[in-house]
This record gives sequence, structure tokens and C-alpha cells, in this order.
Amino acid sequence: MKEKLMRLQAELEEKLSRAATPDAVEELRVRYLGKKGQLTDILHSMGSLSPEERPVIGELANRVRGAITEAINQKKASFERALRQKKLEAETLDITAPSEQIPEGGRHPIALVQEEIERIFISMGFTVEDGPEIETDHYNFTALNTPADHPARDTQDTFYITDDVLLRTQTSPVQIRVMEKTRPPIRMICPGRVYRSDAVDATHSPMFHQIEGLVVDRGITMGDLKGTLDLFAQKMFGAQTKTRFRPHHFPFTEPSAEVDVSCFVCGGDGCSLCKKEGWIEILGAGMVHPNVLRGCGLDPEVYTGFAFGLGLERIVMARYGVNDMRYLYENDVRFLRQFA
Amino acid sequence: MKLSLRFLSDYVKSEFYREPKSYCDRMTATGSKVEGYELAGEDVLNVVIAKITEVKPHPDADRLQICAVDTGKETIQVVTAAQNVFAGALVPVALDGASLPGGVKIQTGKLRGEVSQGMFCSIAELGLTIHDMPGAAEDGILILPSDAPIGEDIRDYLLLKDVIVEFEITPNRPDCLSVIGLARETAASFGVQASIPTPKVRGGAGKTGDLLQVSVKAPDLCERYLARAVKHVKIEPSPLWLRSKLRMMGVRPINNLVDITNLVMLEYGQPMHAFDYRTLRGKQIVVRRAKPGETMTTLDGNEHTLNPEMLMICDAVGPVGVAGVMGGLDSEIRDDTDTVIFESAIFSGASIRHTSRALGLRTESSARFEKGLDPETSLLAINRACELVELLGAGEVCDDWIDFYPAPRKQTVLPVEVERTNRFLGIEIDRARFEEILTSLNFEIRGDEVWVPHYRQDVQDFADLAEEIARIYGYDHVRASAFSGAAQVGGRSEFAEFLRKVHRECVALGFFEIQTYSFISPKFYDAILLDSADPRKNSVRIRNPLGEDTSIMRTTAIPSMLDALGHNFSYRNPRACLYETARLYHPIPGRELPLEDRAVTLGAYGDTDFYAFKGLCEALLNRLLGCGTPREKTYTIRRASSPYLHPGRSAEVWIGEERIGEFGEVHPDAARNFGLNTKAYLASFSAEQLFAHQKGAPHFVALPRFPAMTRDLSLICDAALSVGEVEDVIAASAGKKLESLKLFDIYTGSQIPEGKRGLSFTLTLRDAEKTLTDEEADRITAKALKALNERFGVTLRS
Repeated sequence: MKEKLMRLQAELEEKLSRAATPDAVEELRVRYLGKKGQLTDILHSMGSLSPEERPVIGELANRVRGAITEAINQKKASFERALRQKKLEAETLDITAPSEQIPEGGRHPIALVQEEIERIFISMGFTVEDGPEIETDHYNFTALNTPADHPARDTQDTFYITDDVLLRTQTSPVQIRVMEKTRPPIRMICPGRVYRSDAVDATHSPMFHQIEGLVVDRGITMGDLKGTLDLFAQKMFGAQTKTRFRPHHFPFTEPSAEVDVSCFVCGGDGCSLCKKEGWIEILGAGMVHPNVLRGCGLDPEVYTGFAFGLGLERIVMARYGVNDMRYLYENDVRFLRQFA
Repeated sequence: MKLSLRFLSDYVKSEFYREPKSYCDRMTATGSKVEGYELAGEDVLNVVIAKITEVKPHPDADRLQICAVDTGKETIQVVTAAQNVFAGALVPVALDGASLPGGVKIQTGKLRGEVSQGMFCSIAELGLTIHDMPGAAEDGILILPSDAPIGEDIRDYLLLKDVIVEFEITPNRPDCLSVIGLARETAASFGVQASIPTPKVRGGAGKTGDLLQVSVKAPDLCERYLARAVKHVKIEPSPLWLRSKLRMMGVRPINNLVDITNLVMLEYGQPMHAFDYRTLRGKQIVVRRAKPGETMTTLDGNEHTLNPEMLMICDAVGPVGVAGVMGGLDSEIRDDTDTVIFESAIFSGASIRHTSRALGLRTESSARFEKGLDPETSLLAINRACELVELLGAGEVCDDWIDFYPAPRKQTVLPVEVERTNRFLGIEIDRARFEEILTSLNFEIRGDEVWVPHYRQDVQDFADLAEEIARIYGYDHVRASAFSGAAQVGGRSEFAEFLRKVHRECVALGFFEIQTYSFISPKFYDAILLDSADPRKNSVRIRNPLGEDTSIMRTTAIPSMLDALGHNFSYRNPRACLYETARLYHPIPGRELPLEDRAVTLGAYGDTDFYAFKGLCEALLNRLLGCGTPREKTYTIRRASSPYLHPGRSAEVWIGEERIGEFGEVHPDAARNFGLNTKAYLASFSAEQLFAHQKGAPHFVALPRFPAMTRDLSLICDAALSVGEVEDVIAASAGKKLESLKLFDIYTGSQIPEGKRGLSFTLTLRDAEKTLTDEEADRITAKALKALNERFGVTLRS
């Protein structure tokens, strides 16, 4: 009986190896393991064995059944794998064919730079303020210590609505509005549009964007101005960035400075962006003029402060290599797409 | 302001011209910003003074001559076409290897077979004009005086070598619009002494007062008026040194008297004028406002009609000069002028500016007066002019001068505040250094007082002094620090944060942000077909716009959007999907400043249609305002009637009884006005209203525990009945168990009667408390159908 079992197993394995279809395997399973299968027949005839033989043969029979079942299952699985593989191959796509386009969309490059600058100053505890673009002469000039006959007030530079109302030429009037309604400490920036009577060309626009900054408190020093703008420049243009403060003149700050940053393209070695200078002028700054503080009801003996202003277009153009300001206001999607 | 470094060396003995770059860097660092510099004379190389020893004709060319030339080192042969050469003449000769202005190179060569080892130079070939070298031949070789040293570099002889530095002088420093002013700055910047001599005049020609009377009738516009007479003047060209100084500073030499006034203006910054005394009727100078309709002809030959806002220099009869702007043609210095009156005065800057604008005359003089000049300097300047007259032997100067100066200015005095200055700047200097810096700038320390020099009218306050300290001490020596003080939370206003959300959502929906001008053309309103009574036509108008196209402040951003779409269309971009958060400016009666608010505008063409664009608008609104439910919508949609939108394909968006915006297809007439020959879509919403209705923080709603049931309703409705109206009836009837309502088909065709259409909806129904039964779902659906039937005669499609 033992030999019968072993023969049976060998016979099945041989037939299984030749089975070419899932149906053939199923047929073998029925023939050997089914209710009327050959193994079942052998097990049925175990009653004729002696009590000593019965457990030995029984164990062997179970082993043979396990082995046969396993072999059949494996053969079946291999057929299924092959089938699935074939199906997947049939599903092959041309992966280089174009994808479905999702909508593009993007911010304007001026807005990108503005947001970045806002983020840097917000992280330093600055609030972001807003003010009117159509301003009074008082806020745009007088309160900013710009005397009545100052050339900046000239109609050649300023768009006037009436004698006393104009399009703001700078974001600085927001300084005054904030100082009038807020007591120090003040730390604020104000981004926005400003207007000057310049004809449109590659580097001029009658409308452009500035960001104004103001810090007023007890004990604010010119060193604090330098420290703040150094930090800004490093965050904006990279940790290696250096600043250079040059004396200058603005009516509403004293001392005043123009601030250059080391060229962020060449690192100061000289390139076409910085016109071989190694420096790019980006900011005007200074200590708030005592007359400005006094005008806002702040005692310059008690409070000091600094202010700064920068033009966004200049930074946008330098950063992205835009060589003509007109692109910024033409709103051509082929331009806008490059900043998305 | 141009500065000749050779001119500068009259006052500061240093050889800055040897290292112009470091000179410029230091001057910039101390506050006199240098725009750049150029090396004068660098383009004239290897040109020396030589003597022609022999001239003979060229054997093969009638028009050429062969000259033997002594260069001081050797004798060379030069072939020339010039006719004015002669044996014994001293001429500039460009030797082999020489270069001349305009990139001309000279090399030994042959001219018609004869060797020529150089070229004689005309004034033009040396880069000069007849004004620089009066009397020189204009069509021949420059013949030099017989004492010119043979062999000398022509640049040294004609004073052609210099370094010209271009400064940008800020408006607070008119004193630096002068060589002396910059000499003072140079001295302080480099820690050296400047020596600025006080002019000395011998005089001896009698009293100015015997010749002339001066009366100032407009003292508000003329703070000081000085006049001094010079008799028996001899008008001739100035000497070379004077002409060269003027040339290097960019001023054309004319004659000795005019050149003197120009030189003094360059030295002191004080514009001067010289009148021909014999032309002054009544022997008077009257400084007064012009009379209405008065006319005069200025030096440039143009006649001007004057008005009473203009300040004039007049004689007893009429104007002889526009004060501070330009002299009159009649009183101009001529070759036969005998007696000259020098004028040095202080006129009101604002008045000069208005006059020069009104007359269209901007001169070196008016530009200086506009900035505000120093009356003390006026006296130095007129004396310097007289000193130069004596130096040049150009005339006999009177002993005295007429001086109208009724209210002399007081010198500004400020306290010495070393500690406060240190605190303010964040530096630490001691009193000695403090005094040293101020003294170097000619401030005077008297005890605890700082006396400000008369020409420094910009220094009025503590902070001004601090700036003087800081700029000489060095801005780069101020140590960067971090400000202390109470911590403050930075951030944006809620509205600004909301706008950022608008930007995020628009970008996410595929729109590109645009930036358009705030000022527009009034024609834009017509282009979007606004009728004449439309309140949006009432705009803030710019009084002095660049042009009509940018002359009014927009009250709507719709034309700007259409313009941007039109631009893209004209450049054949196949599609554009744009948005802007645009500021608008609405005049408010009785208020000085207009109301400024913002619109969110969207625009698109290409690959879109009404429903696709509506979907984008609704997606934006849903994200900003919240979705609502079929029964409680956050906003409703009504048919719009804007002139620039397609009347059948446009909608208004309402929240309650508030209209917050509109969207739809652009009216073809409006589209065409912006060159859009395609279907375009447009939306505009009020940012402030969106902000006011924005959705609050999300509030969690428990996820449903009971299943939903769906029922489809296929209806036959009047064709004119809108989907929205049907939806509203279903939503009202079905109540809160209606979770969603979706149209899935609109059908017209053979099975639908004429004038009707089929609408098919899926209702999703759910009870939050229990599982909804089929019977209940059927009951809700039937009730909705009944309501539709009663209201609109809607029936079920069989």
C-alpha cells in the first residue's frame, strides 16, 4: 500500500508537469483528490490493514495528500500569475503621450517678491499696513518735512488731482498715518502702488510699487537700522549678502542713506546686473527726522526711529532677470507663466 | 555737477587725479555721491610741439607739401595737405604711434611715394573748438605761439589733461554745486586742509554809487542784491588757463568778462550777471515784478511775454533781464562795451523755478537759484569777479559796491550734544573726535555751542549735526545692532489675509494674476458701453496726466481686464485665464479723498464656455463664502443686465439683498472694442463684500450614521422655466432631509412637446436620526412633484 501511495504521488507529479491549461490541472485535482479520486480510493481501503500498519500508512497517506494538494495549488497559482501578467501587458500605455493638463495659474512676479518681503518683516515682528493711494499734499509732503517749494512737489514729478490732493509719490505717507493713530513701539511696513510722472520706458513706469518700513520707539539707533536691513538683506538675497550704507538726502530722514546690497548674481565680483560695481542699490533709509516725529505728536527727545523704503520693480527685475519694466504691466500669459 | 580735479587742486593740495577711483569712493562714502569719472586728454597720445624747419613742394602731388620738422629729439619728415604751414611755424605733430580723439591712429607711411613720419594737427583733430582756441585756424593746422616749448606734450601745453568727476549733489547741499564747496568736502573727507583765499580787489575807479542807483521793489523775492561797476573794460578772449577750466567743467568760453562770471559761478556756486552800463536807461537797476503784458527779448534772441509773478531786473523804463534766469539781449556785453555792472544776488528759489518753467528757460543760473543760495557767498563772489578783472587786466574796478541786504541772516547755533549723538547713532566717540569732525567741516565750536557755517543752511537741528558726524565718522563704522523693546506680534490685517486667500484660490483655479494701471482712459468707459448716466463714469481726474489714456482713476477694473485679455488675444495666445485684485477709486461728494475699495476681477477666453466659467466663479465663491445647502444657499444667482455682458448669458450674484458681483459672457460689442474677436468671459466681485460674508471657521458636523437614499425625477417643464426655479421648489418642499439635488440631464427632442423641455434630477435623501424607508423617500419625492405641478404645471416624464 505504501508503494501504491508513492507511485500515485510520482504519477501525479509527472502528469501535473505536463498539464498545459488550468482546466487540465482541475481535471487532475478531481481525478486524484476528488470524492471518487484515486487517493480517496486508497484511503477507503485502509480498513483492510492491520492495527499496527494503519497509523503508519495513515500518516503517509496524509503526507502524500498534502504534497499533491500543494503541487496542484502551486500549478494553479502559476497559471493565474501568467494570466495576470498577460492582462497587465495588454494594458500597457504610451507613457510619453501627453498628460491631461491641470489648470496652471500663478501670482504676478511683483506679488511674489512683495509676499517674500512681507514674510521676512512679519517674522521680525512688523505689522503690514495699508493707506490710500490718492493722498493729501499734507500726508505726502508737508508732514514728511518736504517744504512747500521743494522740487519733489513739482507738477513735473507728481500727478495732482487738486491743489491739495495728489497721487501719492511714495508709500511714506502711511508712516504718518500710522504714527498718528498708534503710540510707539511701532514696527510696520506698507507695500503699495505709487505714482510719478515718468513716461513709460524700459526702466520707468508712471505707476510702480514700493514697500515702506518704519520703526519708532525709545532708544532706536542708526545701528538698529543697519542691523535690521542687514538681516533683511541676508534673508532676502542669501546669507552671504553684505550691505553698504552711503550718505544721502531725504527730507523726512536725517541722517539718510542709500543702501546697496552685494550683487546676488556675482557675489560682488562684478557682472552685467551690477554693471561691474559689485553692488546693487535697492533701498533708501534713514533716521526719522525730528520734524516728522514732532508733527505726529512724538517728542524727538524721547522717541527716535528709522524708516526705509524700497522699490519692488527694481528687485523683481534684478532677481528674475527681466530687462524691460513694460513686461510687468503687459500681462502677457507667456510672461506670467514663467513665474508660476 | 562736474568737477575738474585740476581745478580742485587750486584749493586742496593733493594729487587725487593720480588715483581717481579711491577719490571717488571716499567722496561717495562721505556723502558726495560720485556718478562716475572720465580721464580728459587720454585720447590724445604722443602729440608734441614741433618746429617746421623747411617746407618744400611734393614732387608728385600739387596739393601736398613736404616739411622737415624738429621734434626736439630728432628731425622727421611730414607730408601735409595743409596750406597754412610755413618754415619756422610751431605746430602740434602726432608722431608715429600717436592716437587722437575719435580713435584715430597715426603711423609712419608714404604719401604719394614720400615718407611721412607723423601728422600735423588742427584744433578739431585735438578735440577742440574755436571757442576753446580763439583765433586758431579752423581749416588749417593749429599754429602755436612762438614761445611754445619744442618737444613738450601738447596736453601739458594746452592743459588738456584732467580727471573730470561727475557728482550727484542732493538738493540739501546747494553749496556743493561749486568747486569751493566740493573742495571743503574733499578736505573734510580726507582729513587735509583746504585753502580758500578771500578775494582781494584793488579798486581805484571811483564809486559805483556815482554811476548807478539800485532799488529793490520786491524784497520778498530778492533777499540780497549786490552791484559793482567796472570801467574801461577791454573785451577779448580769456587766457588759456581760464578757458581750459571752463572747458573741463563743461562751459563754453565766450569772452573775458562773460568767462569771469561763469568761472565765479563754478567756483562759488553763485550765478553772476554782467550788464552793459550804457544800455541801462536812467542809470538805474530796479528789481521788480513784471507788469502785465510786458515783453522782453532774452540773450538767446527769444521774445517773451511776462506776467506779474515773474521777477525782473529792469532799468528806469523796462526789463533788462529775467532775474536769475537769463539776461536781456539789449544789455548784453558787446565788443565795444566800456563799463560793466556786475550783479550778484539772492532771488527766491520758488519764484525762479516758476518763472523758468513758465518761460521754458532752464539755465545753469536758474537751476542753482532754485536750490537756495547763501547771501554771504554773494559778496565773496562779486569781489572774486572784480579780482579776476584786475588779474586779467580786463578793466578798472570801482572802490565800493551797492548792497541791498535789509535783513541779514543769523548764523545757526546748536548745542554740543556728544552723548545724545552717540545714543542716536549707536556709536561711541568722545568730545574731541566730535569737535574734530565738525571743525573739519568748518563748524565752529564755541564752548558748548556749535556755530554752523553760513553756507550750510541745511543744518538746523540735532539730527542734522548727527548726520555730519555720521558721514565723516563713516556709515560703515556704525555697528549693526538689533533693536530692543517690547515684543510685538507682526502680521497682516484680517482683510489683507482674506485677500491672500483670494489670491490662493484664484491661482488654484488656474488664473494668472495681472497688474494693470490704476489710471485709465475715459474712453474705456465707452468701450464697455456704460451709458452716460452710469455713476461709474464719475471718476477722479488727474489734472496733469501723462496723456488722455492715463487721465482718470478707475471706478471699475473691467476695462483693464478686457484690455489685458485683448493684449493676449492680439499676440495669438490660444487661451488666457487672468485675475486681478484691483483697487478702485470712487469720488464721494463732500469728502476730500475718494473711497478706495477693491474688486476681484476674473477674465478668460479660449477652451472655456459659459458653464465652465460659471463653474470657476462658483468654485471661488464656494471656497470663500462656503457651499451652503440646497435649502440655504450662501448666495443666489439672478439674471444680470450689465451693458458689457451678453444679456442672455450673464448673472449677478446676490447675498440676501446685497449684490456682490456678476459674471458672464462678454458682450460681443464690448469684446470687439478691446480687439477680442472671440467669446470671452468676465467676472467681477467686490472684495470688501466677499470679506464681509466670508465663511467662518469650520464647525464639525457628525458623519451620517444612517444610509442615504436616492430618487431620480424626470420632469417635463415649460422651456422658459429655469433650473434654479425648479430646484428652489424641490428644496423648499423636500425640507432638511434633502441632502443634495443634482441636475443630470436637460432634454429636448421628439418625445418632448413643443415649448417644453425635460429636466432630470437626482435627489439624495437622508434622515440624520434613522434609516430612511423607501416609503418615506417616495413620499418626499411625490410631495416635491406635487408642489412643482401646482406651482409651475410641471409633470413627470413617462
